[in-house]
Amino acid sequence: MKTVKLSSERLGVSNKQPSGKIKMSARDVKVFYGESEALHGIDMDIYENEVIAFIGPSGCGKSTFLRCLNRMNDTIDVAKVTGQVLLDEQDIYDPSLDVVQLRARVGMVFQKPNPFPKSIYENIAYGPRLHGLVETRREMDEVVESSLRRAGLWEEVKDRLDAPGTGLSGGQQQRLCIARAIAVSPEVILMDEPCSALDPIATSIIEELIDELKGSYTLVIVTHNMQQAARVSDKTAFFHLGNLIELNKTDEIFTNPQDKKTEDYITGRFG
Amino acid sequence: MSNLMLAGVLLMLLALAYQLGLTRSRKLTTDLSGQKVRLHSRPVYHGALVAFWTVVPAFGVFLLWRFIQPGVINQMIIAQLPEAIMAGMTDSDMRVFLRRITHLSSGFGLSDQPQPHELQAAELLSVLQVRGHALMLALMASLAAAGLYFSWQQIHPDLRARNQMERVVKVALIACSSVAILTTIGIVLSMFGEAMRFFAFVNPMDFFFGTTWNPRFQTAGTEGQTGFGMLPLLWGTVMIALIALLVAIPVGLMAAIYMSEYAPSRVRSVAKPIIEVLAGIPTIVYGFFALITVGPFLSSFGATFGLDIRATSALTAGVVMGIMIIPFISSLSDDIITQVPRSLRDGSLGLGATQSETIRKVVLPAALPGIVGAILLAASRAIGETMIVVLAAGNSPVLTANPFEAVSTMTVTIVNQLTGDLDFASPQSLVAFALGLTLFVITLLLNVIALVIVRKYREQYE
Repeated sequence: MKTVKLSSERLGVSNKQPSGKIKMSARDVKVFYGESEALHGIDMDIYENEVIAFIGPSGCGKSTFLRCLNRMNDTIDVAKVTGQVLLDEQDIYDPSLDVVQLRARVGMVFQKPNPFPKSIYENIAYGPRLHGLVETRREMDEVVESSLRRAGLWEEVKDRLDAPGTGLSGGQQQRLCIARAIAVSPEVILMDEPCSALDPIATSIIEELIDELKGSYTLVIVTHNMQQAARVSDKTAFFHLGNLIELNKTDEIFTNPQDKKTEDYITGRFG
Repeated sequence: MSNLMLAGVLLMLLALAYQLGLTRSRKLTTDLSGQKVRLHSRPVYHGALVAFWTVVPAFGVFLLWRFIQPGVINQMIIAQLPEAIMAGMTDSDMRVFLRRITHLSSGFGLSDQPQPHELQAAELLSVLQVRGHALMLALMASLAAAGLYFSWQQIHPDLRARNQMERVVKVALIACSSVAILTTIGIVLSMFGEAMRFFAFVNPMDFFFGTTWNPRFQTAGTEGQTGFGMLPLLWGTVMIALIALLVAIPVGLMAAIYMSEYAPSRVRSVAKPIIEVLAGIPTIVYGFFALITVGPFLSSFGATFGLDIRATSALTAGVVMGIMIIPFISSLSDDIITQVPRSLRDGSLGLGATQSETIRKVVLPAALPGIVGAILLAASRAIGETMIVVLAAGNSPVLTANPFEAVSTMTVTIVNQLTGDLDFASPQSLVAFALGLTLFVITLLLNVIALVIVRKYREQYE
C-alpha cells in the first residue's frame, strides 16, 4: 500500500527543504539533431527538492536539455544524446535502464496543456493504472482525489469527475496535467514552459501551485518569463546558443550576474 | 453549318472579341492630350469581359435550342397529321411513327414501304429542321454581335471589368459543381422511375422480404415458381462484405499503426505507396486471382481439415475483396492516426507508458471515430463491388448461412438481369433497377454515417 501512504502524506503540509543531496547530474551532455549540434556539453547538478529554472532566448537549448532528463528526446527520430545523466547516481542512458520506469520517476508537464480525450478521473487514473500502483477502486479514488487536491483543482472539478478533461479551461487543463504527473508519485517533475499558453490569472495560479509543490519534489522549470523564474525558483540556469552560461542562486543571478551575456539578457538587451 | 464548325467559329469569335476588348482598353490608357489615365481594371479583364459577352449568350442559345427544338418540331408534325390517322394511334404507335419519319428524313430508309402520310411528314420534318437551324444561327449571330458591340462600347477607364470577371468565375464554378450534384439526382430519379415500373409488376413486400430468388419467365406449368425476393441477394452481399471486413480491418489497421507509429520515415515512404497500389489493381484482376489462386487454395486448405469449401464461395470472394479494401482502411486510418496531436503521445510517454500502451490507450481511442469512418467507407466499397463476386462467389442465389457455399449478391444479379436478350419492359430486367436503387440507398446511408463521424472527429482537434 505504498501509494496510499504516499498520498496521505501528500495531504499534509510538507516541510521538506532542499536536503543538499544531488538528485540529478549531467556531465558533458551533447544533443545532435541529425548533423547539427544543439547542445555543446552541459554540466549541471540539480539538488533534491529544489526548484531550478532554465531561462534563455528561444532556441538556446533549454527545452532540449530538459527533455534529456527523462529521455523524451528518444521519441524524436533524428535526435542523438551523448554524455552522462545521473539520477540518484544511476546513469539514465544506461542500456539496462528501463526508460518506462525512468519516466515514472521523472514526470513531465508540457508547454501546451495536453489532457487525454478521456474523463477527468481517467486522466488522473491513467498513470497509476499503467504502473499498477493501486489495486482497488477505493485506492484509485483516493489517489485521484489527493492528486487533484495537490494540484488545487479538486474543489473545481469534484462534482464532474466524469466530464471530459478537454472541456476544462486552459489553466484548469494545465493543472489537470500537473495532477496527472503527480499521480504516479514522481521524484522529479520537469515543466516545459508550463504557463506559456495561459492567461495571467491562470499563470499566477500555476505559480502558486509550483510554490506549494516546492519541497516535496525536485522541480525543473523552463520558462521564457524572467519574472516567473525570479518568483518561483531557488536556482536559475541561463542558457545561450546551446551552452550553459551561468547557474547560480536565483537572487544572485538577477541582482549580481557574473557573466556579461546573462546581464544583457536579464536586463532585456537581447532575447 | 455543322456543330463542329459552329464550335470553331465560336472559338474564333472568342479570340477576336478578346483582342478587340484588349486593344480598345489599351488605347484608353492615354487620353487625347497624351496624359496617362489609370484604368480601374487591367486590359486583360476588359478583353475577357468582351469575349464573355460575345460568346457565352450565343452558346447558351445554342444549348437551349438543341434541347427544345426536337420536341417543338414533333408537336408541329403531329398537329398537321390527318384526323383519320391520328384517331387509331396509341402512344407507342406514335413513338414508332416518329422514329420512322426520322429515319426517312435522314435518308436512312425503312425496311418496308413508307405510307404516303409518313413521306409527307418526313418531308415536313426536314424542312422544319433546316428552318430551325437557320433560325438558331441567326439568333446566335445577332446575340454575338450585340454582345460584342455593347460590351465593347462599355469599355471605360472606370469600368469594373475585374470585379465583373470575378462574378463570372464564381458562376462558372457553381455551374460545375451543380453538374456533379444534378447528375447524382438524375441517376437516382431514373433508377427510381424504372424501379416504380418494376413495382407495378411485383409487390414491394414480396421484393423486400421474399426469400426466393427465381426470376424466370412464367410459362405453362411454372406458375408459383417465380420469385423476386431480394433477401438471398442482400444476405449474400452482406455476408461477403462482412468476410471482407473481417480480413481487412485487422490487417489494414495493424498496417496503419505500423506505418504511422513504428516505421522509420524511409520505410514509410516506400511501403505506403506499395500498399496503395493494391487499390489501383483493376477489380477484374482480383477476380482472376480469386478464381484461379485463392479459391482452389482455400478449397484444398479446407480439405485438410475435413471441411468442404467450394472453390467459388462466399469465403473466396470475401477474402479477396478483403485484400482489395485493405488500402482503403490502412491509408485512411494512417492519415487519421497521424493527425492525433503529438502532444497527446508525449503526455502518455511522459507518464511512463510504453509505445504500445500509448497507442492502445490514447492514440487509438482518440482516432477511433475517424477509423470507424474509414471502415464504413471501405464497407460501402465492398458492398458495391461487382467483378470479384461475379467471378468468385459462385452465383447461386440461395439463402444460406454457410460461407463455404456459393452465394450471389445484388451486384452480380444486376449484371445477370441486364445482360442477354431481354425485353427491357419485363420485370426480369426491371428488377435490376429496384436492386440498384436498394444498393444505392444502402451505400448512401453508410457513406453519410461515415462522413458524419469523420466530421465530428475533425472538430475535436481544430
